[in-house]
Amino acid sequence: MRNTFIIWRKEMRSYFVSPIAYLLLTMFAVIFGFFFWNVLNFYVTRGMESQMAGEMYPMNINEQMIRPLLSNVGVIGLFFIPMITMRLFAEEKRNGTIELLATSPVRDGEVILGKWLAALSLYGGILLLTALNFVFLFKYGNPDWKPLAIGYLGLLLQAGALLAVGMFISTLTRNQIIAGAATFGVCLLLWVLEWVSGSESATWAQVLSYMSVVSHIGSFSKGVLDTKDAVYYVSLTFLGLFFTARSLESLRWRS
Amino acid sequence: MGLFKDRASWFLKHKIMITVNQLTKRYARNTAVDHISFTVEKGQIVGFLGPNGAGKTTTMRMLTCFLPPTAGTATVAGFDVLEQPLEVKKRTGYLPETPPLYPEMRTREYLEFVGKLKGLAGGELRNRIAYVSDRCAIADVKDKLLGKLSKGYRQRVGLAQAIIHNPEVLILDEPTAGLDPKQINETRDLIKGLAGDHTIILSTHILPEVEQTCQQVIIINKGKLVATDSVNNLQNRARGAESVFVEVTARNGDLDSAAIQSRLEKVSGVGRVIFKDKRENRSTFEVESRKDRFVRGDLARAVVEAGWDLNELRPAAVSLEEIFLQLTGDQAAAPKNEAAAKGAGK
Repeated sequence: MRNTFIIWRKEMRSYFVSPIAYLLLTMFAVIFGFFFWNVLNFYVTRGMESQMAGEMYPMNINEQMIRPLLSNVGVIGLFFIPMITMRLFAEEKRNGTIELLATSPVRDGEVILGKWLAALSLYGGILLLTALNFVFLFKYGNPDWKPLAIGYLGLLLQAGALLAVGMFISTLTRNQIIAGAATFGVCLLLWVLEWVSGSESATWAQVLSYMSVVSHIGSFSKGVLDTKDAVYYVSLTFLGLFFTARSLESLRWRS
Repeated sequence: MGLFKDRASWFLKHKIMITVNQLTKRYARNTAVDHISFTVEKGQIVGFLGPNGAGKTTTMRMLTCFLPPTAGTATVAGFDVLEQPLEVKKRTGYLPETPPLYPEMRTREYLEFVGKLKGLAGGELRNRIAYVSDRCAIADVKDKLLGKLSKGYRQRVGLAQAIIHNPEVLILDEPTAGLDPKQINETRDLIKGLAGDHTIILSTHILPEVEQTCQQVIIINKGKLVATDSVNNLQNRARGAESVFVEVTARNGDLDSAAIQSRLEKVSGVGRVIFKDKRENRSTFEVESRKDRFVRGDLARAVVEAGWDLNELRPAAVSLEEIFLQLTGDQAAAPKNEAAAKGAGK
């Protein structure tokens, strides 16, 4: 536990000592701010139209603002996750510091967990920044907070899974660009897999669609905590962490 | 566990720090390390000598638990590298060929991180950081980014990192590679100063380094153990006789090298005389005595009595290079004149 914390601290430091963390936080804040403004504008316009027409459209902040916004966060996240994970092991391999970690009295599991938690913490920080926007909804409106909380939980679970997969890919190469590009490809693939269900209804299409990370975020965005979807993310996370451990071990037998 | 107890008691009784037994590392296509066995006593500095690609790094990586051996066993401080890697790692400091530095960290932060990783904390950690900073002379760069340090400082920070947890065993992979002569001397002195408290294995392909720093030498070539002995024994083993370097000048300009050579050969006790070089009116020779004969005084007298000037007369120490070449039988690696001299002598 202590070693995990030492690794976590070191990773957090290196995120914040380099411009990576600030860049990601700023870019995410700007992009999400744009989405927020867009959706808010649409919502307000619709509200005014409803008043002018003299008939009440059904209006709901949770359904019409929070839900689409949270879905957007999930998709923007797919683009940011490779930038968080690409350096995790590739950089250690390039610097030769992997030898330091491997010859120090720490277990591989502690190193992996520390790194994954650091990546998740940075992503958590990014999510926290988006949450700032929602504060205004609570100030001027009256949304239900529970679906919002569950939505964020879903985003965190989704990120945990993708970060674990990205970390695994980072163990495969000493080149950060390759690690980033490959992770981005995998993230994109796990996103678009969902689209097959739109045109196909055969079993294989359903299986593919189930494998998509995006198809599981829907229920969370709605504010529904569905065990099926939570299990999907948790098992993908474990798979990613497990593969990372195997990959580190095989590195020793090969190199 | 019973096995471990036996090993620990065996190790305590014999004061042996490192045991390597039939250690082998095979890859898909080649064998990097081939059934190597040796032991290292507590407090010794051992030189691990061999040309590039001989398997030095691989052996060291197995001793530090970075690579698992394909076959054979190795114990460090009484613990098996495969069965109890954490115990081995706690007691081992390792400096890889390139110091494992994080370029975005500052020296002090880095030492703190490594110290914590090795299990230090609080006041002990602070004391050890102060101690290694002083010992490795890196106190003046404690707030600098590691990525901006010069090669010499990087190497020293790497060394500081290796000794921060006061390990019983130090494994240094080419600690002087890429340093300038002054830094090489400083590093050697530092390493010598660390012996006694620590058992040190250092690898190198530079022979004088072993002669100057180490008590014991392990020579490997192409993955196989060629020799393991003390540096003195190896030198004696290579040649029992004295070897003397002689430089002669003629007084009146004319110098007949052949005449000098035949005169030197007549000195009693001289085994053979090898003509080395002639430049202007100076000739140099290497004279080998017969076994257990001391010829320096007679040589000097002979030269002076013949009317020549004796410019230089010094014992030519048998270099490990020659020993190495004799042991490995690898003539191709020898410098050209060395090979020619040998050929002429036979």
